[in-house]
Amino acid sequence: MVALPGVDPSWSAYLDVPSSASADNPGTVRTWHYLDNAAALRESGTEVRGTLLCVHGNPTWSYLWRTLLPAGTKAGWRVVAVDQLNMGFSQRTGVLRRLADRVADLEDFAAAADLRGPLVTVGHDWGGVVSLGFAHRNRSRLAGVVLTNTAVHQSPTRPLPAPLRLALLPPVRRTGTQTTTAFLDITHALARPKLTPEVRDAFRAPYRTVASRKGIADFVADIPRDRSHPSFPALTEIAEGIRTLDVPSLLLWGPHDPVFTETYLEDLTCRLPHADVHRFEDAGHLVQEDADVAGTLFSWLQARDVAADSTGRTGAAPAVGTGPADDRAFSALETRLTEAAAADGSSLAVAEMDAGRVRRSLSWAGLEADIAAVAAGLARSGLGAGSRISLMVPPGVDLTVLIYACLRIGAVIVVADAGLGARGLSRAVRGSAPDAVIGIERALAAARIFGWPGRRISVEELDPARRRLLAVDTSLAELRTPAGAPADVRPPQPDADAAILFTSGSTGPAKGVVYTHRQLSAMRDAVAETFGIRPGGALVAGFAPFALLGPALGVASVTPDMDVTAPRTLTAAALADAVAAVDATAVFASPAALRNVLATETDLSADGRAALQRVGLLLSAGAPIPAPLLERVQALLPDAALHTPYGMTEALPVTDVDLPSIRAAAGDAAAGLPGAGNGVCVGTAVHGARVAVSPLGPDGAADGEPTTEAGVSGEILVDAPHVKDRYHRLWRTEADSARTAPWHRTGDVGHFDAAGRLWVEGRLGHIITAPGGVLTPVGVEHAIEEVDGVRLAAVVGVGPAGTQAVVGVLETDPPLRRKRPGLAEAGLAAGVRAAASAAGAELAAVLTVPALPVDIRHNSKLDRARIAAWAEQTLSGGRVRTP
Amino acid sequence: MTVLVTGASGLLGGAVAALLLSQGTPVRTFQRRPSGVPGAQDELGSLTDPAALGRATAGVDAVIHLAAKVSFTGNPADFEAVNVEGTRALLVAARDAGVSDVVFVSSPSVAADGTSCAGAGAAPAAPERARGDYARTKGLAELLALGSSEPGFRVAAVRPHIVWGPGDTQLVQRVLERARAGRLPVLDQGTALVDTTFVDNAAAAIVAALHRIEHVQGRALVVTNGEPRPIGEMIAGICAAGGVRPPGWSVPGAVARTAGSMVERAWRRSGSTQEPPMTRFLAEQLSTAHWYDQRQTRELLAWVPEVSIDEGLARLAAHFRAPGPRIEIRTS
Repeated sequence: MVALPGVDPSWSAYLDVPSSASADNPGTVRTWHYLDNAAALRESGTEVRGTLLCVHGNPTWSYLWRTLLPAGTKAGWRVVAVDQLNMGFSQRTGVLRRLADRVADLEDFAAAADLRGPLVTVGHDWGGVVSLGFAHRNRSRLAGVVLTNTAVHQSPTRPLPAPLRLALLPPVRRTGTQTTTAFLDITHALARPKLTPEVRDAFRAPYRTVASRKGIADFVADIPRDRSHPSFPALTEIAEGIRTLDVPSLLLWGPHDPVFTETYLEDLTCRLPHADVHRFEDAGHLVQEDADVAGTLFSWLQARDVAADSTGRTGAAPAVGTGPADDRAFSALETRLTEAAAADGSSLAVAEMDAGRVRRSLSWAGLEADIAAVAAGLARSGLGAGSRISLMVPPGVDLTVLIYACLRIGAVIVVADAGLGARGLSRAVRGSAPDAVIGIERALAAARIFGWPGRRISVEELDPARRRLLAVDTSLAELRTPAGAPADVRPPQPDADAAILFTSGSTGPAKGVVYTHRQLSAMRDAVAETFGIRPGGALVAGFAPFALLGPALGVASVTPDMDVTAPRTLTAAALADAVAAVDATAVFASPAALRNVLATETDLSADGRAALQRVGLLLSAGAPIPAPLLERVQALLPDAALHTPYGMTEALPVTDVDLPSIRAAAGDAAAGLPGAGNGVCVGTAVHGARVAVSPLGPDGAADGEPTTEAGVSGEILVDAPHVKDRYHRLWRTEADSARTAPWHRTGDVGHFDAAGRLWVEGRLGHIITAPGGVLTPVGVEHAIEEVDGVRLAAVVGVGPAGTQAVVGVLETDPPLRRKRPGLAEAGLAAGVRAAASAAGAELAAVLTVPALPVDIRHNSKLDRARIAAWAEQTLSGGRVRTP
Repeated sequence: MTVLVTGASGLLGGAVAALLLSQGTPVRTFQRRPSGVPGAQDELGSLTDPAALGRATAGVDAVIHLAAKVSFTGNPADFEAVNVEGTRALLVAARDAGVSDVVFVSSPSVAADGTSCAGAGAAPAAPERARGDYARTKGLAELLALGSSEPGFRVAAVRPHIVWGPGDTQLVQRVLERARAGRLPVLDQGTALVDTTFVDNAAAAIVAALHRIEHVQGRALVVTNGEPRPIGEMIAGICAAGGVRPPGWSVPGAVARTAGSMVERAWRRSGSTQEPPMTRFLAEQLSTAHWYDQRQTRELLAWVPEVSIDEGLARLAAHFRAPGPRIEIRTS
């Protein structure tokens, strides 16, 4: 083999293997080519824990697994990656090899190569099926199974993916796969980002001639498209056989795959229910090329202790993040709702506002009855414990009913914010693979356009034509109509999954966060206890994540007249109307909503102003609120205790602080209390939660022992009964976030002051590692924002970790006259440099932009990753683009 | 201990000689013109003259070699003769004279390939990729010098990046001349982040390399102020110090690089001995990031820059305001 990028020539080996495949005559010997790190392992002297047997698919070869070999040498794993016969640099046998032959071939190779000790099979594409066939038949030494974009089952009722149907058309098949290099080229073009010319050439190296490509054509021909295909029985045997595999299993997936779509991942998770799953959100079919498969695989082998003993039977290990069964007292999320329905049935439970009036409302008894009816309807239509139901319904009465109905039947609600945008939302829905999507017409249209999986249930009654067009199954009204036998609704287990909530995506693709019923109940208790919310009051639900908690708290809730997905649409008058309609004593609203309330304050009537004066509690979460803004809110709501809890989708909430504490903290910072300052003061841990920080090392990594020592900056850790159970199908992300048990790593950086208050400095990913030391941006940004002429500031690092240059990027006040980003004018730059220097940062450059990018959902979190990338590009020279 | 400083008539060489003298170290200088450094013993001559080199190195303990043909353009053979062969001859003469330590003053351009460089360390010189004859011949000379390092004849290379200060006839004078004549464009919008070195800091680092030769022998170290700035801001600062309006027009970097190449070729054909208005090398320097990781340099040299960029610009402004002799700014 010639020298290829990423391959140590010493890995390449050939072996003559007696064949037992039925395709070959007895006594036939076949020559295999494979990559093997055995020599490197011997040289390093590392103790060998076991062997990974890696099987490529079509039309690749063992080159696909090259990153696993050095990683294996380091981790003490022998990695043997074969070229299947007729493929790669292995022998061209001249014989069509079907699935059963290929499984026999692999067994022949494993026997001849004398692979000792525990074995983990690793497969990709159709090689995944072959490796599973081997795993199924060789269980005594099997220690684990790893699969990447593959499939073992083709539903007889569903067509093959379109690209495969095309490839199988007889005229296309021979031309596309063998006569020309089209199939190779198309496969290589699936890499994200695209392959370098050198790597592409390496993938093509064994397939330069028409004759050498016969194996590619034969492989395609062996895809069992229906029951009549000769390989159908072998495939079925494997697909059913693996249901009893109990070894640790890992599914690594690139979702951007036109052939092995998420339907196949879903199928595999049903066959291997104990498997750990990690979806690399941006990766595609060639996931090995697109994502860190090697790093994830070896950290999984380590975490799962695969091959710890010679048998490797550790498959019963619990999934990361789920503890043993818990017998603590549990009160279901709906407990107070049912109590209120029984005790005080006729009083108001939920309401929706429209143009100053209550559009729709339900009493507690009415709410309970409606939930029961919808729950029964859902159960009748076949949904139940463990079903994933995506709710695409704006906050209001219907959403409230649906949430509690789904929870009652044990279904898992999937909630992704429309603020993610169409693409982000679509990624989130696909990744959660719902069994049903319940949505308003607009959402169902998106489901149709983007081809979201799952049955479709409409919230509105649609006319038959729309219904057909959107492929809608049933409607909420039909679910409510009692029909036939009463449904069998059993209460869910406390530790079963209850919800998948999606993060805002302000820090990369949105992540699904899984909560159990017990954790949702704990969230309710944390909110109730921390803010003293007792059953019987009323609240305005202007902030989506907490909106679902009203009935759980036993508190009447009203949705104001606004687009809750766009917080800026809440006006002062709409808020006052909602408060007046239910005599609300509490208001939940986001900072962006509050900004608009203040901006529209002058439109308030005297009655509206009076209603707002009766509010006793305001909760605002989602992003920090500057103290001056809070002071203005206080003037509008003079009797309200203003609380700005800090939290994230993974832990709602973590800490709480009110306006008097914010004032006291600012005073302490000015007076020089140790640790006070450099960030946003978010107060102290909420009821039931503990908070600590894991100190940062000089390289910016948070690997210190958890501490609450004043002035020590580190990654913020939280431990509470209402912290998420795990991330959905993000095994590695979950393992990283839970690596310091029992803490959840938030990815935020902060420190405590001597009074025990937590100060948030920014995201861990936004840490700047300047030569002078580690720096967090928020404190410096606040200092810069005090400079005349600065409206908003972002501080980012450019250049390599450890020696980054610190850069200030500003929105100016007044805004730039010509909307062109560039260097700040000299006087402004000097002022900003001086302010930053006083806050501990020496700026290399000061840039001005017309507008700083902020994330869509909160409309207030700086997208520092994007700003840093822009600054890096701008400061490397070349034309200045808009961030 | 006597130290031979070559190229002491230049800004940096003069500062190195003056610094050594201020520390009580006897200094001999070697270049074609008088050094103008009070207290130094001048030995006049050319690097291409072995006899002169013999005289210059006789009786010295250490050599700091700054003399070079520095230009954006010119006859390749001249660069070769002075920078490569001159260095080779100096090394031979120094070894013959029993010199024990040599600091070779080089340039980060010996490892540059025309692309941007952000926070990089000192890569080995790569003359085969060098941009222009100066960088190529300095790279060859640096490899030659470091290759000759051994116990008893210790050689280190120091690469200061863009040295400037009062009395600078290179960067400062050119910027001011061109800005005054309205011939100084800012490439793109001047946002390329560039490291520079105030002359006193560069001199201190070079002398530190001699004192710390046991820690740095055989190595090349990039030296800068460790305060990268956007090039547009740096140029504006120099203009402000010189009392000249900063340039107000911008040219896309790619256009300037292409134009620079053409001008360079045409200039060479015309046989002019003047510097052309814009060369590809200059265009690259002004339109791509060039800043460096200084952590290892500072640790090995046990040195930090004493004069910040802001302080340096203030000294430059004071220099221009002060009465008396100063560099003449030609406006033609």
